[in-house]
Amino acid sequence: MEWFIQLAVAAIASGTPLLFATLGGILNERSGIIQLGAEGIMLMGAVTACMTYLHTGSFIASLLAVAGVGAALGLLHAFMCVTLRTNQVVSGLAMTLFGSGLSAYLGKSVAGTPIPGSVPKLDLPFLEPLPVIGDIFARLDVLTWFSFALVIVLHLLIHRTSWGLHLRAIGDNPATADVMGIRVQLLKYGYTVAGSMLIGLAGADLLLAYSPTWIEGMTAGRGWIAVALIIFARWNPLRALFCAYFFGVMDTIGFKIQLIGSSIPSYFLKMIPYVVTILVLMYLGWRNRNKPTGAPEALGIPYIREQRF
Amino acid sequence: MKRMKRSWTLGIVLVFAWAAVLSACGGNNGKPSASAPASESPSASAGAPGIAKPRVAFVYIGPPGDGGWTYQHDEGRKYMEKELGIQADTVENVPESADAERVIGELAQNHDIIFTTSFGYMDQTLNVAKKFPNVKFEHVAGYKTNDNMATYFGKNWEASYLSGIAAGKMTKKNLIGYVAAFPIPELIYNINAFALGVQSVNKDAKVSVVWSNTWFDPTAERNAAVSLLDKGADVLLAYQDSPASLQAAAERGAMAGGNDSDMTRYAPEAYLTNPVWNWGPYYVKKVKALMEGTWTNEPYLGSFQDGMVDIAPLGPSVPDDVKQLVNETKEKFVRGELNVFTGPILDQSGAEKVAAGQALTDAEILEMNWFVKGVEGTIPQ
Repeated sequence: MEWFIQLAVAAIASGTPLLFATLGGILNERSGIIQLGAEGIMLMGAVTACMTYLHTGSFIASLLAVAGVGAALGLLHAFMCVTLRTNQVVSGLAMTLFGSGLSAYLGKSVAGTPIPGSVPKLDLPFLEPLPVIGDIFARLDVLTWFSFALVIVLHLLIHRTSWGLHLRAIGDNPATADVMGIRVQLLKYGYTVAGSMLIGLAGADLLLAYSPTWIEGMTAGRGWIAVALIIFARWNPLRALFCAYFFGVMDTIGFKIQLIGSSIPSYFLKMIPYVVTILVLMYLGWRNRNKPTGAPEALGIPYIREQRF
Repeated sequence: MKRMKRSWTLGIVLVFAWAAVLSACGGNNGKPSASAPASESPSASAGAPGIAKPRVAFVYIGPPGDGGWTYQHDEGRKYMEKELGIQADTVENVPESADAERVIGELAQNHDIIFTTSFGYMDQTLNVAKKFPNVKFEHVAGYKTNDNMATYFGKNWEASYLSGIAAGKMTKKNLIGYVAAFPIPELIYNINAFALGVQSVNKDAKVSVVWSNTWFDPTAERNAAVSLLDKGADVLLAYQDSPASLQAAAERGAMAGGNDSDMTRYAPEAYLTNPVWNWGPYYVKKVKALMEGTWTNEPYLGSFQDGMVDIAPLGPSVPDDVKQLVNETKEKFVRGELNVFTGPILDQSGAEKVAAGQALTDAEILEMNWFVKGVEGTIPQ
């Protein structure tokens, strides 16, 4: 049981940045815009959080700055994809390259300086006496609780409100949505900006809550994992929660297995997350082979009013 | 669909433009090589007349701000510049790929001596060295040389042994965690020396090893450290390039050390110590040799004796008697009286690897592929 609790705590800690990035990506892609810039936006979020925290010492100010930077990058991506109608894959890759390079350049002055402090913890003493639940949930930080709330809010937003209906409509069939009087381009801008803010927050969470020093390239591919998790979760926030924690477990279970003293080569253990991803994708693909993939139908296709396809 | 096609092309052009811009900002971050005098003849083989003002270049794997490996090389460069009054050029963030060969080749066209400061540049350095016989090359940690290419490294296992003494004294639960990058000899002899240091002061303590299979990934390093702390380790040593393990240990009230440079600033109260590199004197020596025409391609292995290998100051939480013990042992290394791998040494299965009274040679240490008794962990074969 001890082992399970430790695993759960580690999985939540390393899964939370992934969860933020996946939720942001879902919001982006539900509106029909492919988001491959997650890695770059996360890095920009992390470096912004670090620099703001070192200058102001304020957790709130850091989050606001990160939201601002995320929004700016989202705006740029939306401008390229919605207004200029460039290829969304290429625009996303450009965001990743741009974010990695710019964050490395901006972060030079703060690289290697640890931030004094961390995300405030939300202690819930009344959970303390409960077995297992108390051990896992009584001492999480506020960003983790925020990510839980966000999962529920986004789930309700997408599936239970008319805003969500509009969001799904512009992602699936923008022409019809346009005819219905929905302001397609405006909403695409809005959701791309909002999604990018969440992805930036993922980087901030990685830095503030997990690894409190800016180091160039610190996401080490987690943005790309988030891109895979969007597909894995089939664009659904609730599934994103399980997928992110599942990946969090996979991130740490390799070390646990090494420590039990198994003779499985560590290189193989390092492969586990990726092998499992492939296996689960195959299983889901097989199980749902007669159902839609869950991908927004107009994903990646620029919407041009009155153009026939 | 013509529109789509055009946007693809435009997009690809954009990506390449970004890539070009980025490599321009990230790559040539040092001073422009124009600062080097171009008139001098770049030829000087060993014994030939020296070069009064050699043009020196350094190739770095990371940014000097990494707080570890590259930081120490950059400190060495600054020391060399100050001692000899010459300016060196640096190129940072050079990947260990074909890019490295291109960068080293370009530098070779207008430099007299080039230090390539990562093991992964070995073949690229050798290839360029063969093409530019009049330029001297210095490659760190490798085993391939050429008439104009030398290698240099140090016996940092001696410093690992000292870290082990401190760790063995500080552990209360007798379980020490070691976050190790890759299962290669460099890690294996450092882990063994560390464990022997631990055992020299604490017979009951075990050293538990996890492989992270990365030099640099703060999140993975942290996960590895947390796994060790969950297992009950109260002292960690991380032979990695980031301070993530030290930070994780500090949060749990454990102690830890890192690698390459003094990491006190990341978590002063939790800091133990770790081996550090001090490349400056070697850089001075080799550039000076080039100036005097006495440069040779002899492989060099530094130690405490010449100061290339050292140990970071012990953290403020380490008691004075432990500090004293470490310093006394360090003096033995400085005087050359102690060899870490002196028998009897048993391997994990209990078989005798080094007989009593015998000691391993440097060459045997540099290709070590077995763990000493008291280390928990496996080496993937």
